[in-house]
Amino acid sequence: MSGLPQVHPGPTRLTRWIIVVVIGGLFLVPIAAMIEFTLRRGLEGGYDLARWAELFGGDGLTGEYKPVLTGLTNSLLLAVVTVLIMLVLLVPTMVLVRIRFPALERVLEFVCLLPITIPAIVLVVGLAPVYSVVARILGSGVWPLAFAYGILVLPYAYRAIQANLRAVDVVTLSEAARSLGAGWLTILLRVVVPNIRRGLLAASFISVAVVLGEYTIAALLNRVNLQTALVIVSKADPFVAIIFALLALAFAFALLIGIGFIGAGPRTQRKVRS
Amino acid sequence: MSERILSPAAGIAPPRGPGAPRRGRSPISGSVLGLVPFTAYILLFLALPTLLALGTGLVDGDGAFTWTNLAALGDPVVLNTFGNSLWLSALTAVVGAVVGALFCYALIGAKPTGVLRTVVDAASGVLAQFGGVMLAFAFVATIGIQGMVTLWLRDTFGTDIFADGVWLYDTPGLILPYLYFQVPLMIITFLPALEGLKPQWAEATAMLGGSRFGYWRHIGAPVLLPSFVGCLLLLFANAFSSFATAAALTSQGSQIVPLQIRAALTSETVLGRENLAGALALGMIVVMVVVMALYSLLMRRAARWQR
Repeated sequence: MSGLPQVHPGPTRLTRWIIVVVIGGLFLVPIAAMIEFTLRRGLEGGYDLARWAELFGGDGLTGEYKPVLTGLTNSLLLAVVTVLIMLVLLVPTMVLVRIRFPALERVLEFVCLLPITIPAIVLVVGLAPVYSVVARILGSGVWPLAFAYGILVLPYAYRAIQANLRAVDVVTLSEAARSLGAGWLTILLRVVVPNIRRGLLAASFISVAVVLGEYTIAALLNRVNLQTALVIVSKADPFVAIIFALLALAFAFALLIGIGFIGAGPRTQRKVRS
Repeated sequence: MSERILSPAAGIAPPRGPGAPRRGRSPISGSVLGLVPFTAYILLFLALPTLLALGTGLVDGDGAFTWTNLAALGDPVVLNTFGNSLWLSALTAVVGAVVGALFCYALIGAKPTGVLRTVVDAASGVLAQFGGVMLAFAFVATIGIQGMVTLWLRDTFGTDIFADGVWLYDTPGLILPYLYFQVPLMIITFLPALEGLKPQWAEATAMLGGSRFGYWRHIGAPVLLPSFVGCLLLLFANAFSSFATAAALTSQGSQIVPLQIRAALTSETVLGRENLAGALALGMIVVMVVVMALYSLLMRRAARWQR
C-alpha cells in the first residue's frame, strides 16, 4: 500500500533511526535527570533507593507530605466527577445533535474547541466571581472545581468521541431502534453508547490525564489538587515532589498508551478536521 | 464571540437537517429540551467566565464602564511583559515546529499501530498536554543549580552554565522547558498532515521520472506548507497561554503575561491600577483570537488535500 520502495518519500531506515534516537534521546535527558535526582544520597554522594523506600515503606505520606496525599485524593475525586460531567452532559448532546440537529454540528464543534482559544489563565479571571457564588450554593469543597475542568477537557473529549461517532452510522442505527419501539434513553444507552465505547473510553482517559495535570485553575482559586500540592511540597522537599511528578507522568503515559491500544486514538485522530 | 456561543439556544427553532422533521415520533420541541443541560453548562462555565474576564477590563471599581483600565496595556511594564511573552512564544514556536516536523518526517512509513508510533503518540501527548508543573521540576533536576546536566558540564568540561548568573528562573530559563512541550505538540498536530500525503503522488512523481528531492520540492512542501504554518501558529498560541510551567519555575517577578495576571489577581493593585487582570486578559484574548483565526483559516486551506 505504501507505494514502491524506491519512490517512498519517507526517510531511509537509517535516517529515521538517527533522527528518532537523537531527538528522542534529548527528550529523555530531563526524565533521566529526574530519576537521577531522586536516587541521590545526601552530601556523601552516590546513589540509593532511600528516598523511594522512605516514601512507600514505613510511615508513608504523613507529616509534611500530607498535602500531597490530600492533593492526590482531591485530584482523583476531580477526575471521576469530570469524567461523569463529560459523559452525562457532552455525550448525549453530541449524539442528539448528530441524530436530530445535524445543522448544529458546526456550532457544537466551534463551542467544544473554543477552550483552546481561551487560555485557562484568562478563564480563571472570570471563574473567580462565578466560584464565589458556586461555593455559596455547593459548599467550598473541591469537587465543584470539576465543572471548570469539564470545560478544559471539552476539546480533547470532543475530538475523541467525534472521531468514533463519525465512523458509526448512528442515524440509521437510531432509526432502526426507533422503528422497533425504542425510546430516546434506550437508543442512547443500548444502541449508541455500545457502538462508541472506544471513543468514550479514550475521552475518559484523556480527561483523567488533563485533570491530574491541571494546575492553573486550582492554584488561582485556592483549591488543593495534586499539582498545587506538589508545588508547595517542592519548596520544602524537592525530592518528594519529583518522585510524585515522575509517577504522575508515568501514569499519564500509561493512560495514553492505553488509548493507543484501544485503537481509537492515534489512528482515527487524523480524520478529525480542526 | 458571545453571540456565537449563545446560538445553540437561539438557532434551534427550525432544524434544517433534511428529513429531520419526518424522522422522530416525538415533536422536535421534545428533542430541543435535550440540548438544554449542555447549553446551560456552557453558558455558566464557559461563556459567563469569559465575558466576566473580558468585562472586568472595561469597568472601574464601582462597576461603571471605563476605558482607563485598558490604558494599563500601554504601561511600559505591561508592554515589556507582552514583549517577553511574544518573543518567547515566537522563538519556541519556530524551533519547536522545525524540530517537531523533522521528527514527523522520520516517522513517515512507520506503521501507525506499531510500537514506535504508539509510544511516540503517548509520550508526546503526556509532554504536550499534561506536563505543566512537572516539566518545571524536570528542568530543575536537569539544568537547575544542582541539576544533572549542570553538574556534569561543570565536572567534565569545567563549564559553568550559570557563570553569568542563574537564568533558569528568568525568562530565558523558560525556553528549554517550553520547547519540551512545544516539540511534542508539533508532533501530535503535524503528523496527521504528513499522513495525508498520498502514496499515489509519490508513485506518480516516480513514474514521470521525478526524484525524491523533486517530490518534496514540487509536491510535499507546497501541500504541507499551510499545515506547517498552521501548526506553528498553534504552538505560538500554546506557549502564549501557558501558565503552569512558568508559575512553578519563576518564584518571583512577572516576566510573562500569565504571571502578571496572577500577580494582578492575588494582589488588588498592581501598578496602582484596579481590574488590571481583566485588561491583561482582554489583551491576551485579542492575541489568541487573531492567532487562532489564522490557524483555522490555514487548516481549512490544508484540509483541501486531506479528503
